[in-house]
Amino acid sequence: MIKVRNLTKKYGNHLAVNNISFDIEAGKIYGLLGPNGAGKSTTMNILTGCLAATSGEVKIGGHDIFEEPTEAKKHIGYLPEQPPVYDEMTPREYLMFVAEVKGVPFEKSLRHVKEVMQLTQIYDVRNRLIKNLSKGYRQRVGIAQAMIGEPDVIILDEPTVGLDPAQIIEIRNLIRKLGRIKTVIISSHILAEISAVCDHVIIISHGNIVANDTLEHLEAEASRDNAIVLKLRGEKEKAERFISAVKGVVSAEYSVEGGIVTAVITAQSGIDIREDLFNIFASAKMPVLDMHTNETTLENIFLDLAYVSDERSAKDYHLDTESGKNPSASDDTRDEHAEEDDYYEDEKESKKGKDADDDYKPLFSSSDDEEDDE
Amino acid sequence: MIAIFKREFKSYFLNMSGYVFIGVIWLVSGIFSTMLNFLSQYASYEYVLSNLMIVLIFVVPILTMRSMAEDKIAKTDMLLYSLPVSTAQIVIGKYLAMLGVFGVACLGLGLTPIIIGMFGEVNFTSAYSALLGFYLLGAALIAVCTYVSSLTTNLLAAAVGGIVTVLGIYLISSIVGMLPTSAFVSLLCFMVVAVLLAAIVFYLTRNYILTGAVGALTLIPLIIAYAMNSEAFTSLFPKTVERLALFDRYYSFISGIFDVGAIVYYISFAVFFIFLTVQSFDKRRWS
Repeated sequence: MIKVRNLTKKYGNHLAVNNISFDIEAGKIYGLLGPNGAGKSTTMNILTGCLAATSGEVKIGGHDIFEEPTEAKKHIGYLPEQPPVYDEMTPREYLMFVAEVKGVPFEKSLRHVKEVMQLTQIYDVRNRLIKNLSKGYRQRVGIAQAMIGEPDVIILDEPTVGLDPAQIIEIRNLIRKLGRIKTVIISSHILAEISAVCDHVIIISHGNIVANDTLEHLEAEASRDNAIVLKLRGEKEKAERFISAVKGVVSAEYSVEGGIVTAVITAQSGIDIREDLFNIFASAKMPVLDMHTNETTLENIFLDLAYVSDERSAKDYHLDTESGKNPSASDDTRDEHAEEDDYYEDEKESKKGKDADDDYKPLFSSSDDEEDDE
Repeated sequence: MIAIFKREFKSYFLNMSGYVFIGVIWLVSGIFSTMLNFLSQYASYEYVLSNLMIVLIFVVPILTMRSMAEDKIAKTDMLLYSLPVSTAQIVIGKYLAMLGVFGVACLGLGLTPIIIGMFGEVNFTSAYSALLGFYLLGAALIAVCTYVSSLTTNLLAAAVGGIVTVLGIYLISSIVGMLPTSAFVSLLCFMVVAVLLAAIVFYLTRNYILTGAVGALTLIPLIIAYAMNSEAFTSLFPKTVERLALFDRYYSFISGIFDVGAIVYYISFAVFFIFLTVQSFDKRRWS
């Protein structure tokens, strides 16, 4: 459906998208995942013809977006980061306008617009001015706009930003529904967002694709090398000696805090070393305070790929681990938006001045107070 | 394109700008025709239009300021870029909407000669051809101000920029008239214009070869022509500017002459600036 080849975008000296290539197949839901400023919005803007690329090729349904833009754009519906709605129009007028520009015949568009409004649940507010609608409704009007004209591919840039939890669930359901009949591409910096609805994940970091696979594959990949976290009372040197003696241990990292040794042990895949560990420390009379497998979740992969690939970020990542504020250690990857966002904001802080803030947008921001930053 | 025209046209009447634009034109036209046609009893509506020209300096930028700048502010330009229409269609749709609003204003003005006609003899052909000239003059000014609006993302800057530009166009022939009429000064002025042209080309394309080509193609013939016949350059620049000044060309309409040359000039002027606006709108995607 969409073919992207060697796509590069430079803003002056800042490389926003670095020579990326990927394919989008019909009938799947794709997730574009990456931290703020990774190049997600830039990529989406290029795919939809809103931004020109420095070099590379984008083909949509066989049409080059740069050479036959009008033909290529007929296949796309796009919701940019901020819903591109006209404040002085009502949702119904607005959608009728979009339908007309997309070339939907008038008689058909009456029914079509009504259907889309019902699907996105904005039918009740159809005759109110968009400027009087809440952020959530504006967002849904934006999604409705993308669905008008039944395009083959619907591209949604951070579709759930600024919505309340109930609305987020509604939008996710809507995206799933869309995914049954269309190709959908959504972007997000929140993993839970992507893993909740997508079949296929493309992780972008610093303008590069660091992973491009199905969710199942990525999860399978992740669970292969599970680490064991062990907490002991005793001396570090002793613990080190015992652990290295256990058969199957590949590597271990140690830290000491208040007489308690924490060891993160990686074992060979397929070997369960937990019993051996228990026995050896029991006979050595070193009490095991805690032992659990630190399951590598998608969250970890995301953080590893998106952050640790960058040396600077790797440092931040470990700093956070030591201060006990590591979201990757949590078992439940979903529904932890608050913690994640804290983390990303720290990340952002630490990188300030290095990266352009073009992708950065706080959660629950209102569109009214946002200044144009270009 | 039709959809964009309709939406834009309606939008001028959903906020103040359309009403302000039409209202001010009608108000000033009413004041002048009361003064000139009814109190001073001139049977010619053309005099009213010649005074109304000055009003255009201030109302055209009010009409055009939103045209290109507001989309960028409200981020609705993203919608337009992602829709299956070309940038030329978008810009032309917007421009036609403004021409439509100005057309409504001019239709209203068209009533005045009829009213004057009730009380005396009016040369309707001359009055309406002057009105047509007025409409086309406005169309050319709207095109320039649309281009100014496409350069900024600030409504106030678009309005002020528009006023300054139109005022400049209004005053340019008087300013140039103050320059010495010697051949050498004329040559220098032409060269400055050529360099400015090359600078604009560079700003639009960032292409050194094209810029160089434009610069060379304008400067070299100028110098050759000057070397061959420097006499011909005497006061050539002021004369050229006078021929090119939008407002000066309008005076022939007021004196009752249907100036086809001026009409062609106004239309080509508008087309040129709409072309530049399309380029500027397209260029935004690169930044």
